[in-house]
Amino acid sequence: MSGVLYSLVALGFVLIFKASGVFNFAQGAMVLLAGLALVRSLDLLVANGFPLWIAIVVGIGFAAVIMAITAWLIERFVIGPLVNQNALTLFMSTIGVTFVLEGAAQMIFGSDVYPLRLFPTDIWLLFESHFPGGILVNQLDVCGGFIAGILVAGLAIFFQQTKTGRALRAVADDHMAAQSVGIPIGWIWFVVWLVAGLVALVAATVWGTKLGVQFSITFLALKALPVLIIGGLTSVPGAIVGGLIVGASEKLAEVFLGSHIGGGIEYWFAYVLALAVLLVRPQGLFGERIIERI
Amino acid sequence: MLYREAGQFKTTYAEDMAIFPIRQDRMALAVLLGIAFIGVPLLADFDIWPFGSDYLLRAILLPFLILALAAIGVNILVGYCGQISLGSGAFMAIGAYSAYKLGTGVHIPLAWLGFAISIPPLPVLLSILLGGLAAAVVGILFGIPSLRIKGLYLAVATLAAQFFFDWVFLRVSWFTNYAPSGSVSAPTLDFFGLNVGTPIERYMLCLIFVTVFAFLAKNLVRGNLGRQWMAIRDMDIAAELIGIRPLYAKLTAFAVSSFIIGVAGALWAFVYLGSWEPLAFSIERSLQLLFMVIIGGLGSIMGSFIGAAFILILPIMLNLLPTQLGVPLSTETITHLEFIIFGSLICYLLIKEPHGFARLISIGKEKLRLWPFPY
Repeated sequence: MSGVLYSLVALGFVLIFKASGVFNFAQGAMVLLAGLALVRSLDLLVANGFPLWIAIVVGIGFAAVIMAITAWLIERFVIGPLVNQNALTLFMSTIGVTFVLEGAAQMIFGSDVYPLRLFPTDIWLLFESHFPGGILVNQLDVCGGFIAGILVAGLAIFFQQTKTGRALRAVADDHMAAQSVGIPIGWIWFVVWLVAGLVALVAATVWGTKLGVQFSITFLALKALPVLIIGGLTSVPGAIVGGLIVGASEKLAEVFLGSHIGGGIEYWFAYVLALAVLLVRPQGLFGERIIERI
Repeated sequence: MLYREAGQFKTTYAEDMAIFPIRQDRMALAVLLGIAFIGVPLLADFDIWPFGSDYLLRAILLPFLILALAAIGVNILVGYCGQISLGSGAFMAIGAYSAYKLGTGVHIPLAWLGFAISIPPLPVLLSILLGGLAAAVVGILFGIPSLRIKGLYLAVATLAAQFFFDWVFLRVSWFTNYAPSGSVSAPTLDFFGLNVGTPIERYMLCLIFVTVFAFLAKNLVRGNLGRQWMAIRDMDIAAELIGIRPLYAKLTAFAVSSFIIGVAGALWAFVYLGSWEPLAFSIERSLQLLFMVIIGGLGSIMGSFIGAAFILILPIMLNLLPTQLGVPLSTETITHLEFIIFGSLICYLLIKEPHGFARLISIGKEKLRLWPFPY
């Protein structure tokens, strides 16, 4: 299901928002960049006669390094100088970053559609004895779900147990206060963007296997925004659950509603769903309630 | 010396409250309007380079004027009222398609009631303004969530508007008069019997629209309503405490802003594009408008013009420069380079001057005020 994919992209958003209060528009572009870096290095290594497993390891390593460099550049040149600006400025700057990443990724790695085969894409049929035809399960989706689960567990441990994780949460609460107790905010933001980049890499591998690595990833990644709203902007599990809800509901809406009103409602259904959630429960399903009273 | 307010005494309240209280500003504006209204048509008439060519009028000045108008609309919402919107493209589309429907005649078959509502084709001017009105109504509807949510949450709500209307105008063929390809053509542009066809006529038409709306907007934002918006933007709770109704202030901001954006959308479709398809008003358009406002300066009418000029001219320059320098690049590379340069420029500007070009101009004014002694 595409829900898992949305979740993976949304995770990157949540991480950055949680740790820096920046609404990162560039997450989709980061998925594209990670995917392209991985796919191109893989192709190159395989074409030069390396065995597949070396190619995969080196390719993932190469993409990770690229994401690290990106994270460092973004922190050093964009987000760092903008410390303590208002949220709108930071948001705009990430749109600028989006443009740079999209342009750079395609210029360096080419702008065609590249297929990626890392995970099995065969189809299982489960419970054939119980239901006529059984339930169709794609192995890729299972892998994706599995990876998402591991990621969430890992991130939870990282946030709760490590020193950096605790510093991250401090920075999220209040930049200035965190700075004044001696937390190196630049380093923290680098770590956050790095982790978001690695999550983007994971998303890219799953997404690339499903649809091929291509430019449209950045548009699909916009779907992560309603996922965030539904799950709550600051909640890691919320991103996962929100992604599943969006993925499932838009398919169901397409099948049951779309046929009546012209089809293609998958395109906006998630957003309208998010709008409805906003009106009823603005903080999302798992978000922290922000109380604004005097 | 050049820019000195000293000696300009205001002796009446009317003078004190004028739109442009400083003489030099008035003169600069008069010169600018003179060039725009008289100079450009004259230059075009006498075929003086570069104004003689249609290219400048059609491909640069026309979109500049219309996008500046749209940017004023966005600026009212984002810059003055502080409600971030990613759905401006949708409001342009609503303006364009409503104007199109009204301009070609509306026919609503109400089969279950046994009759149909038919409105004959309206005059172009009226349909453009009514298109703006339709956008205003939808804008108010989408402004309602802003009473409960703000900032980035609102961005997602307006994004919902963007995607929803993209779909509506693509799929609901009633809006396109059942055109099989989905693209529609504007009716002929008749204004009070005058047919607006040549580039220079189109330019003048847009110029009139833009001037009128810019003055209206400028007046609005310095008046009671504008001050309410700015109070809401700066701190909504404090604004509420001093007696500003957030409901009224926010919804008027949404209404005025979407009205202007809607009119700009109708102009964009009718005057600039002529025939168009839903893609003309996609999310990229929304982002482009937001960039104009941010780069030009949040909360500044003049900034909207500067931002629009910057965003339009930059890609053209980027396209021209490599060939001029003798480094021909493939179109693909140029597109990617454009993305990169554009993005980095935006980041650079945000870091160096978060208040946009309008702030640079006011710094310039300060410097001129002290010139030639910088202390």
